[in-house]
Amino acid sequence: MNNVFVYCELEGGKVADVSLELLTKGRGLAAQLGCKVEALVIGSKLSGIEKELMSYGAQVVHVADDERLDPFRTLPHAAITAGLIKEVQPQIALFGASSIGRDLAPRVSSALKSGLTADCTSLEIGDHSDTKGNSYTNLLYQIRPAFGGNIIATIINPDHRPQMATVREGVMKKEPLPAPVQGEVKKVEVKKYLHDTDFAVRIMERHIEDRKVDIKGASVIVAGGYGVGSKENFKLLFDLAAVLGAEVGASRAAVDAGFADNARQVGQTGVTVRPKLYIACGISGQIQHTAGMDQSAIVISINTDANAPINQIADYAIVGDMNEVIPKMIKSYRGNSR
Amino acid sequence: MTTPLKVVVLAKQVPDTRNVGKNAMKEDGTVNRAALPAIFNPEDLNALEQALRLKDRYPGTTVHLLTMGPGRAADIIREGLFRGADGGVLLTDRKFAGADTLATSYALAQALRKLQPHIVIAGRQAIDGDTAQVGPQVAEKLGWPQVTYAEDIVSYDGKEMVVKRRLERGVETVAATLPLVVTVHASAPGCRPRHAKQLLKYKYAKTLSEIQETGADYDAELKNADYLRISEWGVADVGGEEAQFGLSGSPTKVKKIENIVFQAKESKKLAASDEDIDGLIKELMANHTIG
Repeated sequence: MNNVFVYCELEGGKVADVSLELLTKGRGLAAQLGCKVEALVIGSKLSGIEKELMSYGAQVVHVADDERLDPFRTLPHAAITAGLIKEVQPQIALFGASSIGRDLAPRVSSALKSGLTADCTSLEIGDHSDTKGNSYTNLLYQIRPAFGGNIIATIINPDHRPQMATVREGVMKKEPLPAPVQGEVKKVEVKKYLHDTDFAVRIMERHIEDRKVDIKGASVIVAGGYGVGSKENFKLLFDLAAVLGAEVGASRAAVDAGFADNARQVGQTGVTVRPKLYIACGISGQIQHTAGMDQSAIVISINTDANAPINQIADYAIVGDMNEVIPKMIKSYRGNSR
Repeated sequence: MTTPLKVVVLAKQVPDTRNVGKNAMKEDGTVNRAALPAIFNPEDLNALEQALRLKDRYPGTTVHLLTMGPGRAADIIREGLFRGADGGVLLTDRKFAGADTLATSYALAQALRKLQPHIVIAGRQAIDGDTAQVGPQVAEKLGWPQVTYAEDIVSYDGKEMVVKRRLERGVETVAATLPLVVTVHASAPGCRPRHAKQLLKYKYAKTLSEIQETGADYDAELKNADYLRISEWGVADVGGEEAQFGLSGSPTKVKKIENIVFQAKESKKLAASDEDIDGLIKELMANHTIG
């Protein structure tokens, strides 16, 4: 068969966005390769789940339904995924680069002795010939940043199948089909793959807890100043940060005004950052602030004042109201995402 | 009372790719890798701290480091010793070179079979690759369960280890039986600093190769001070199928490397128009600053 295979993860009983994005991408890859898209969903009480997967192009939906399979635990999910992949022999297997996918996919790849490329930002089909004179057609180009984002590597997996990759949420476009495909549902014989030892880890407790702020480690920072105007307006910055996978920073004036938490403060009395991209919104650019961010590789300023000092260190100075500019940036980013 | 634990920490020496500022840029706008210092992978330090806390809590527990790399990676073992570890092994062999995550995991798993710890603790990922694959792959090779993204090893009652995990949208507390592989997230407590006593004790800890480089006699040099020997293991020491190590054991190949080029500083004025903003976003995506 050698199809494109997507592990679909669940989030509160629903298929996660990242999996729908992968199905959308998988559809495109399958069309290029002239093969089908197969989805695997593992959980409990899954009747009807195939509808959504088929509306994103899954032509075969493997359903592993058992009460022990929800919530996600590595070992049982890995045993089923690796076991099924061995049987259906896809040429490509895709996973979300989420807490679940980044935990599961390496374990599956090790069990299959096949290569895995993490956090791909682009997936393409292409050919390859090596120095030994072997040539390959229709390989999966797994394109990802490496070396702290300072290089972009194209990784291939010439001799092993499946070619496995993880992709972060929001990187690929999510697009349902105008009409769902008439797919086939295959019930997975769960017991066939599981052993008692697959339940060596037991979940005692899980709850939603806010992530700690980590502006120092962020490669993209969206920062706001006093010019943002209010705590409510700061929400726009969080929206942009969520889309870009960025962290939100703030100037001292914004923190003092109560627009943002202390932990987000960039500058002389806050944290010094050197991200790849710093987007300064409504920040005038006092030296106390710029001392903490002027080593950023690229600085974009968004300010209504064309003469704001921040514009002198900005690579790109957008003169305008952030309330208009940020939604446009989000729209443009979404529109241009592959 | 619980039985003492044998803990192995997986650690990697990496170029400091974080916060590559303008100082580490070459004229052509690409990163000057030589300008980046070789450091102890940050999350592996979080892992070491978790291991040392087990040692604090459960008397008799030992902590050893396992690292793979060239000879200079012995610095990682010494750093671990200075901070409270009991010993370490450097996996070094030309046959390990060119390994992707799978071949790396194979080599580490082979060494771990020899070391026979109860628990392996590693950083979630290394900053030069950010793959987060080696921990889970080592666990699979050993046939052990894994607990990833640990923020705190809460307790161990002699039967189960309770670990708090940091997920994208929350936290989870799990209990797992040993043997076990745990990978530690950056949000876990940072590592304790070097301890003066440890520093004095292990200042001259060396690998055989390091001693040979100085021309000294290994046995004479470390006579009555066995603790100063940092073990060096190669393929022959860990055993296994030769084809699974290094380049030949690596299914993934690098087809192409593109350096990211950062433009020279010159402020560009943009209007708040759809066209200008769309152009800017496209440019940032094309040079992989975002997306």
